[in-house]
Amino acid sequence: MKESISLTWRRIPERYRMMGSVCKTCNTHYFPPRSICPECRRKGKIEPFKFSGKGKVYSFTEIHAPPAGFEKQAPYVMAIVELEEGTRCTGQVVDATKDDIRIGDSVEAVFRKLLSDDPEGPIHYGFKFRLIK
Amino acid sequence: MAGIVGYGAYVPKYRIKSETIAQVWGEDPDRIQKGLGIMEKAVPAIDEDSATMAVESARIAMARAGISPNDLGAVYVGSESHPYAVKPTASIVAQAIGATPNLTAADLEFACKAGTAGMQMCMGLVDSKMVKYGLAIGADTAQGRPGDALEYSAAAGSAAYVIGPEDESLAVIEDTFSFTTDTPDFWRRSKADFPSHGGRFTGQPGYFKHVKGAFTGLMEKMGEKIENYDYFVFHQPNAKFPLAVAKQLGVPKEKLKDGLLVPIVGNTYSGASPLGLANVLDVAKEGERIFVTSFGSGAGSDAFSIKVTGKIANREKGTPLSAFIENKQYVPYAIYAKLRGKYKGM
Repeated sequence: MKESISLTWRRIPERYRMMGSVCKTCNTHYFPPRSICPECRRKGKIEPFKFSGKGKVYSFTEIHAPPAGFEKQAPYVMAIVELEEGTRCTGQVVDATKDDIRIGDSVEAVFRKLLSDDPEGPIHYGFKFRLIK
Repeated sequence: MAGIVGYGAYVPKYRIKSETIAQVWGEDPDRIQKGLGIMEKAVPAIDEDSATMAVESARIAMARAGISPNDLGAVYVGSESHPYAVKPTASIVAQAIGATPNLTAADLEFACKAGTAGMQMCMGLVDSKMVKYGLAIGADTAQGRPGDALEYSAAAGSAAYVIGPEDESLAVIEDTFSFTTDTPDFWRRSKADFPSHGGRFTGQPGYFKHVKGAFTGLMEKMGEKIENYDYFVFHQPNAKFPLAVAKQLGVPKEKLKDGLLVPIVGNTYSGASPLGLANVLDVAKEGERIFVTSFGSGAGSDAFSIKVTGKIANREKGTPLSAFIENKQYVPYAIYAKLRGKYKGM
């Protein structure tokens, strides 16, 4: 599995630090970032916004048939996380199995390897989530 | 002198017991545990490496420092397990904590003491006012050849220090002293998966000579005595060496307790003495003094005299190291081998 270098590079702010965006007109937060607010359209005023990385598990599942590049990590947990700023995003939950997680559990973003199975290619890093006990 | 404005330390969740490794290689677990003094060691998850652990500890250090990442003028990451042979870990860390682009960054390597070397470099930059704050990190996911004595100790962990002006420090670095020679006690050639070592040769001409050289060098430079320090942290490749060197130097065993983590996390290499210092800073009180002596094969030692200030209360802003040490899950050898990529064709 290979991800293009340009794609990885473009997503570094979003993946490393959870940089999203916010519409200053209606205070809606977007992650991943949007450049146009679908609520306010031309009246919208979009600015970059750094999410705290904290949120709650909205829903989750355990992956047993992973996509290419994630085989060695299976089984792993993917969750939809409701971020505290009020939008949802999808991410892996590390150091946990499905039996450790309940809907509503608090999580925080951590920095992990996403993909690295090509031994001569670049390593792609980014956020995942960890349960807060 | 410059001081520690913030610090953070991280150990991964997974552990393997020395007993589990001993069973695989037909060794007597009691002999291993008594000989090395290591009960279990930390194992990184499959998606962790020195860069990810460096970021974990750096984020805690920055939370405690309470400074803007834009005020960091330097980031140095010391490790013998940088994820890339060529491409800096330091730029990954700097980007992940939001410190880019206006800073200098570089990776360091000096076996187990690259973390403390980074601290000294940051001290120089801060004291010369070239930067306001510098970030020095020691992080490693150390590897031991299967069946080798190192396999019982080679562990994973990271500790990060924000070095800044004395008046903002939670612990002032009063002075530092280093002792370095060319000693072939332990090495890993380029492209080799596992390190080699000189067996018993690693002891006297390596660890003991250099640790004692830096220790006594700093004590003499400062005109200080052992009685004037409350805590001592030595590099800890196993539990035997730091206890033995302390005995030889006349340091009471009880002053080593809080900074001796190797029995429960293993040897975290570049992270080892910085992790020990972090654990001491988690409990130390204002006015107490800490003496740290790192060691890196090849070989050299850095000694530091540190005094805790009233700003130590800032530690409440970060997760204590004990939270990571206590949150653990044991893995069998087969899973450990998978997590460490020891299977052929992985």
